[in-house]
Amino acid sequence: MGRTLAEKVWKEHVVRSREGEPDLLYIDLHLIHEVTSPQAFDGLRLSDRRVRRPDLTLATEDHNVPTVDWDKPIADPVSRTQVETLRRNCEEFGVRLHPLGDIEQGIVHVVGPQLGLTQPGMTIVCGDSHTSTHGAFGALAFGIGTSEVEHVLATQTLMQAKPKTMAVTVNGSLAAGVTAKDLVLTLIAHTGTGGGQGYVVEYRGPAIEELSMEGRMTVCNMSIEWGAKAGLVAPDQTTFDYIEGRAEAPKGDDWAAAVAHWKSLRTDDDALFDDEIVLDASEMTPFVTWGTNPGQGVPLSASVPSPSDFDEPADALSAEKALTYMGLEGGMPMRDIKVDTVFVGSCTNGRIEDLRLAAEIVQGRHVAPDTRLLVVPGSVRVRLQAEDEGLDIVFKEAGGEWRGAGCSMCLGMNPDQLAPQERSASTSNRNFEGRQGKGGRTHLVSVPVAAATAIRGTLSSPADLEPVQEG
Amino acid sequence: MEQFVSHTGVGVPLRRSNVDTDQIIPAVYLKRVTRTGFEDGLFAAWRNDPAFVLNNDAYVGGSVLVAGPDFGTGSSREHAVWALQNYGFKVVISPRFADIFRGNSGKAGLLAAQVDDKVVQRLWDLIERDPGTEITVDLESRTVRAGDGEDRIEDSFDIDDYTRWRLLEGLDDIDITLSHDDDIASYETTRPSWKPATA
Repeated sequence: MGRTLAEKVWKEHVVRSREGEPDLLYIDLHLIHEVTSPQAFDGLRLSDRRVRRPDLTLATEDHNVPTVDWDKPIADPVSRTQVETLRRNCEEFGVRLHPLGDIEQGIVHVVGPQLGLTQPGMTIVCGDSHTSTHGAFGALAFGIGTSEVEHVLATQTLMQAKPKTMAVTVNGSLAAGVTAKDLVLTLIAHTGTGGGQGYVVEYRGPAIEELSMEGRMTVCNMSIEWGAKAGLVAPDQTTFDYIEGRAEAPKGDDWAAAVAHWKSLRTDDDALFDDEIVLDASEMTPFVTWGTNPGQGVPLSASVPSPSDFDEPADALSAEKALTYMGLEGGMPMRDIKVDTVFVGSCTNGRIEDLRLAAEIVQGRHVAPDTRLLVVPGSVRVRLQAEDEGLDIVFKEAGGEWRGAGCSMCLGMNPDQLAPQERSASTSNRNFEGRQGKGGRTHLVSVPVAAATAIRGTLSSPADLEPVQEG
Repeated sequence: MEQFVSHTGVGVPLRRSNVDTDQIIPAVYLKRVTRTGFEDGLFAAWRNDPAFVLNNDAYVGGSVLVAGPDFGTGSSREHAVWALQNYGFKVVISPRFADIFRGNSGKAGLLAAQVDDKVVQRLWDLIERDPGTEITVDLESRTVRAGDGEDRIEDSFDIDDYTRWRLLEGLDDIDITLSHDDDIASYETTRPSWKPATA
């Protein structure tokens, strides 16, 4: 019987396998950042261990870093200590670091692909749940905790029980204005936050194949939001074209050898998945969340649900709590929800295509009077590229704020936070209570919805905007 | 790692599903560079509410948290496990745990005991009706027990065999893996030369 893509990648990395024990898997690339690594390095020091493969390890500063005044010392002393601890650890253990101020600094999941380090068939881990992003390249990539970070630093391996496999087959094509983000938000509303639990998921079908690499990254990024261990897409010409020529991509004969291997990384026709979900992309529309987990979403054209709309008592209770927290009433049209802050950025939607799309919608228009637009590029390279294309000017002329690279308001570890009861439309990945700041209320949206919302001040799609007046 | 064989302690009811790691410990509390001191951040937002269960004197000293399904969803932060441990919890009981949270618990020595939905309901009813009731969680026999007479609850819980063995023995994962160093070194000789390196 044939094997799935995930099974092939898994098998290629098994160092040791014994009945009744988890497999010992080799890790091709270990990405680290300042928040989940300090205790791991401490552990190494306590046991007098070294980093086994510093040459397969890369560090960047992203979660804590300020997006203004990034050339000055970090104002928050606790954040500064954490970032300085990473610098000391990288120095002591010989790990390559892209610190604040470096041209390769940025969100760890933007940096890996951009450098060409993320390649098909690899195993990639990081102490961050959105490591699933790298699955867009046909890599098996997943988030780990700090104890596992220490384990990978010390051994370059991880003990892992083999997960089940699931196919998410998306037929049809997305309509104009409907994005990868809408696709994945629709999927999560369909499965709930636990629907993918225990599975490695392969996204496939015409709608997935039509996505750019950046769109595929957006989909894979949110795999964790429906509980999946990892999400991946089979590599194809789109993948190879994206990687070719990047700084760390294979060159010359190595390129030919690598591509030859990557082309074998496809699910065999006779392979069986443990489960499958089939969706139709042509039925999808702009999709937004109303609640406090990523599964609580509806089409933008719909209304806020009422607790009584849910059959399961637990879902009804959860909806009731979410509506109270969000300050919403069932039955209210989503489009009537007034938004204070629009955040464009994060490892979900902070890449150059996202910024181009947002700028295209904002161009020639102005941000609504009581609304704030915050645009945070995913990396320094993305920022410089955008500035090269004049996108920063478009945002600033529209009344938006143009910032430096980092995780920023996605999780509010730096000063970019919502105030209590402040409401955001955010292109990030989590709408949990307090995620973007204590008491803050988050609606997860696509880039076009974010941009249109900034202009109208209420949840909107570009179709709701008045045409730009020429001249 | 400390051995875990059996634990008996006051049960604390957390009647919520989808308790994500941002609720267990918000991001602003993740800036420490140690494994200790995270108890202040545990359920930080909910603890502002005087009616929240951890503010109820009847559950002071509780060490067995009983929560709804999909506990620990979201971020990979092991700080969520440390915050629960730093506060004094030894066990979390839930009908379903998020993968990364369950993995982190096993590594750090917090027992994540997965039980049937109905068991959680019965435990909630019992420890709410009679606050201060103790729950015994026995890893050896994989059972959870509480209450007496008609109220008695005894049921099994799920945990994977390997994690159970490691917790019972108090073994360190890295030591185990380093004992397979020859396998790792031999695997490394087979890696294609075109695989990327950072140095």
